[in-house]
Amino acid sequence: MKPIRRQRLILIVLMLAGIGLAATFALKAFNENLMYFFSTTDVKDGKAPKDALFRLGGMVVKGSVERPDADLLVRFRLTDFSQEVTVEYSGILPDLFREGQGIVTKGRLNERGVFVAEEVLAKHDENYMPPEVADSLKQPQATQDQP
Amino acid sequence: MAFIPEPISRFFHRTASPPHFYALANRLIPWLSVLLVLGLAYGLYGGLYLAPADYQQGDSYRIIYIHVPAAWMSLFVYVVMAIMGGIALIWRMKLAEVMLISSAPIGAGFTFIALVTGSLWGKPMWGAWWVWDARLTSELILLFLYLGIISLYGAIEDKRSASRAVSILALVGVVNIPIIHYSVEWWNTLHQGATVSKLDKPSIHISMLIPLLTMAVAFKLYYAVAVLQAAKLELIKREPSAQWVKNLLETSA
Repeated sequence: MKPIRRQRLILIVLMLAGIGLAATFALKAFNENLMYFFSTTDVKDGKAPKDALFRLGGMVVKGSVERPDADLLVRFRLTDFSQEVTVEYSGILPDLFREGQGIVTKGRLNERGVFVAEEVLAKHDENYMPPEVADSLKQPQATQDQP
Repeated sequence: MAFIPEPISRFFHRTASPPHFYALANRLIPWLSVLLVLGLAYGLYGGLYLAPADYQQGDSYRIIYIHVPAAWMSLFVYVVMAIMGGIALIWRMKLAEVMLISSAPIGAGFTFIALVTGSLWGKPMWGAWWVWDARLTSELILLFLYLGIISLYGAIEDKRSASRAVSILALVGVVNIPIIHYSVEWWNTLHQGATVSKLDKPSIHISMLIPLLTMAVAFKLYYAVAVLQAAKLELIKREPSAQWVKNLLETSA
């Protein structure tokens, strides 16, 4: 390789290393802001903002969804498998909302520690399969559940 | 270039000369086009008709046959552009400059398709057209990078210095590529994690995976055909009075 070309190559490698390093620091610094939502553990630990809008994400606890009145109010519990938070929402739920499904909600905590949601988004997981396969995956569990 | 064997280095130098590249592109394009049509036909038929519906999303998931290959290509094309930018800066190779700028509108198109199809899917599935999570935001930045490269190239009159500026921009922007790919792992995002491009077994049933991979190959072939066509045109636009262009016109006339 000619010296001038080697020089340019070194310059480019240095430039990329510099940019990579700068980006790493910037992203580390903004790490908290880049999180789209808080987990339920964050809320229980008091890391989530008080009296302010924030997003809460988690899995809808199986069997926790209830509609106390005849209106649109829905109450359910969210979990990250270590802590649970109760959520109240009044409105139309997205197609993928179901028990055992991950969701992200936007709202604020009230004085009773209940998260009052203004918006509910369903978080899709990365699994794709035909219904028959999903059924056959559930089968062994179903037979265990009913001895 | 002591460490590259003589025949290979000669091959590269020959290919990099505009008339040779032009002839090579002309020979490749028909074959690639045939493969593209076959791949697209099978991929679409397999994805929209043969593949079963998803257990949760029903038929709505079929947008992945467009969305996912387009999103992969938006990253792939950018990496190709950054490599071309590096070659253009180090070896001052004209063909690399031409390939870089010819790729930009195609990459921008793939990025745009990925964003739009994702949005169309997001409304019914998530309940929102758009959210500012890390994956969506970094992909939007990628679109702006493409548009920035296209406008910067257009803004500078002298195309050789324009290419140099664009090469640097392409190289700087490459830092965004790992961010897009790993955004779903590094941060909490609404966008789901990787299904296929991970070290683990793909989390998609094989009957759905085969059409998806076929579509991915078809999109790559489309890129190859489109970039060769665009590069041919760009080469002629750059040196309209070169001897090989004159010869070309004489033989075709």
